[in-house]
Amino acid sequence: MPAVKDYVTKNKPTWCPGCGNFGMWEALKRALSELEMEFHDYSIVWGIGCHGNGADFTKTAGFHALHGRTLPVATALSLTRPDLKVIVEMGDGDGYGLGMGHFVHSVRRNIDLTCIAHNNQIYGLTVGQASPTTEHLMKTVSTPDGVLEEPVNPLGLALAQGATFVARGFAGDIPHLTELYKEAIQHEGFALVDVFQPCVTFNKLNTFTWFRERVYKLDETDHDPSDHTAAFNLSMTTFHELTCAPDECRIPVGVFYRDTETPTYNERAVATDAPGYKRAEEVRDISKLLDSLG
Amino acid sequence: MAEQKTVATTGNSVVAEAFRQCAPDVVAAYPITPQTTIVEEFAKIVAQGRVHTEYVTVESEHSAMSACIGAAAAGARVMTATASQGLALMWEELYIASGMRLPIIMANTNRALSAPINIHCDHSDVMGARDSGWIILFAETAQEVYDNTIMAVPIGEDPEVLLPVMTCLDGFITTHSIDRVQLMDDDSVTAFVGDYEPQNALLDTDNPVSHGNFAGLGGPYFEFKKTQRLAIDCSKGVIERVGEAFSKLSGRPFGLIETDMMDDAEVAIVVLGSTAGNVRYVAKQMRAEGVKAGLVKIRCFRPFPVEEMVSALSDMKAVGVLDRADSFGAEGGPVFLETRSALYDLESRVPVVNYIYGLGGSDVRLDLIRTVYTDLSDIAAGSASLHGMQYLGAR
Repeated sequence: MPAVKDYVTKNKPTWCPGCGNFGMWEALKRALSELEMEFHDYSIVWGIGCHGNGADFTKTAGFHALHGRTLPVATALSLTRPDLKVIVEMGDGDGYGLGMGHFVHSVRRNIDLTCIAHNNQIYGLTVGQASPTTEHLMKTVSTPDGVLEEPVNPLGLALAQGATFVARGFAGDIPHLTELYKEAIQHEGFALVDVFQPCVTFNKLNTFTWFRERVYKLDETDHDPSDHTAAFNLSMTTFHELTCAPDECRIPVGVFYRDTETPTYNERAVATDAPGYKRAEEVRDISKLLDSLG
Repeated sequence: MAEQKTVATTGNSVVAEAFRQCAPDVVAAYPITPQTTIVEEFAKIVAQGRVHTEYVTVESEHSAMSACIGAAAAGARVMTATASQGLALMWEELYIASGMRLPIIMANTNRALSAPINIHCDHSDVMGARDSGWIILFAETAQEVYDNTIMAVPIGEDPEVLLPVMTCLDGFITTHSIDRVQLMDDDSVTAFVGDYEPQNALLDTDNPVSHGNFAGLGGPYFEFKKTQRLAIDCSKGVIERVGEAFSKLSGRPFGLIETDMMDDAEVAIVVLGSTAGNVRYVAKQMRAEGVKAGLVKIRCFRPFPVEEMVSALSDMKAVGVLDRADSFGAEGGPVFLETRSALYDLESRVPVVNYIYGLGGSDVRLDLIRTVYTDLSDIAAGSASLHGMQYLGAR
């Protein structure tokens, strides 16, 4: 069984000290290790953003895609290599901005992959502008008067579009996040894990402390993850009330919704019964065809 | 002459400042390295109330250009900025901006295109857009960035032109380096750029129009394109006229191309953007060593200044064209192809060779430029033969 240290390359992480990406990286490596994933069992696709630098120091035969374009690449991987566990690592600016169209369509197709969103509510790589999940009214260098729009609600959006596994994690709780990752990777269908990942350099509001004062675990409540309406209501009551006091606004983490009945796109698409690379292995006898041509 | 003050600033800051002075009605933009500080600084200027601009943050460059097109069609003066993948993502909208004849002003901070990922300077981004119908200006220095940005407004908005204008500055080299820049007083710039009087604006509700309608199946598409071609051809004279007026106002000369040490030159390098500075430095050294070296810097790449290039280069014994972008599969880089084509009709053939340099911010060392001049001297002397395109200094 590969150990956590077996999932890294010789390159050292380039993230800022204290970056929430470290917690997510550690949880992912632990999840892969605990699931006994060998190098040939999984593939990771990254987008553009600070999270994407993980492509350089995570061991995989993967792909560093264009800004917002992780999911199309991962879709192709999932459909042509159903034997792989396909994992997408995308950012909020990346996956919920330029990549939003791909996100919605990947969800509704129920592609068999795990979509991990590094949601730091800011553009980190371009040093601190408002992202699609930056809080309403928050001041950033691109919005000196405060953000005018409501933030994207990734969980609500995924649930509305029929996602079959929807969870939220917190980069400051690695053991809990590891368990979420494990379940998401094992889930058959589109599994979203939106992770609050504090950007210690550019997001001075949504800090580790800020989250620690507000998060609570869903599995310690009576929430029923098979109840779609309850999951949707939960997503709607928590995403845009983050500016209130810790005792007023509580942020649930854990599995919001789980549906193991709905078939995946991979199962529905007949062509994927024999993925292209397997068909290519069969040697075909075309001598009759050649004979017919004289 | 305008009142001017000299400041130490960066190319990106200068764009934001020029935008402020030109007072756009709408700026819609999206952050991308190395452009980001332009829109950041402009956002701050808007927030401080120093300009009355509707500043729109969007979720992608495609949306940024779309918002710009909508605003420009409504009759607004519109500006934006981007780079690299951002410009690539705008691609389909670039053609809509020019086809709908909307004089949007865009600063492009030249940066390499993926893959592999790279954030440093080359001209692959703008060269991908060179046939999109935009007027394209290049700057060597932050001063030229300032001048080009201000000139872009009356050029694009000229009723005979009505085309979008892209002003290019080299990523990090020009965008982020501190440079000495003379800024003009606000009143002079305001008077110079004038008020924009849009034609066929959507918000002119007394004269309702539609934009962008279907023009196929025997419709006037072909004729639309012909008028677009006439407009960009006509823009050449307008650019010269605006440049002349700007020179009077600023005291700084402007031409579609800038020639340096070309009066008695025998070998010349053709270059765009910041590398002109390196070439000029080396050309002076070469002259001290007896090589009659010259330099042609293209300031206006679209429309391509054919006559000016011919006039500058027709007597050369050898010309080296430096391209900071490749046109993969073509005989050479875009500037080479244009330059050699411009010289084709001459009675006597001018030898032209091509060097691809500095892709992805790869160092443009002086010794590399020296090898080009040496190479050209050898070709001029007949001791070396013409060669195909070379990647200058690639390992």
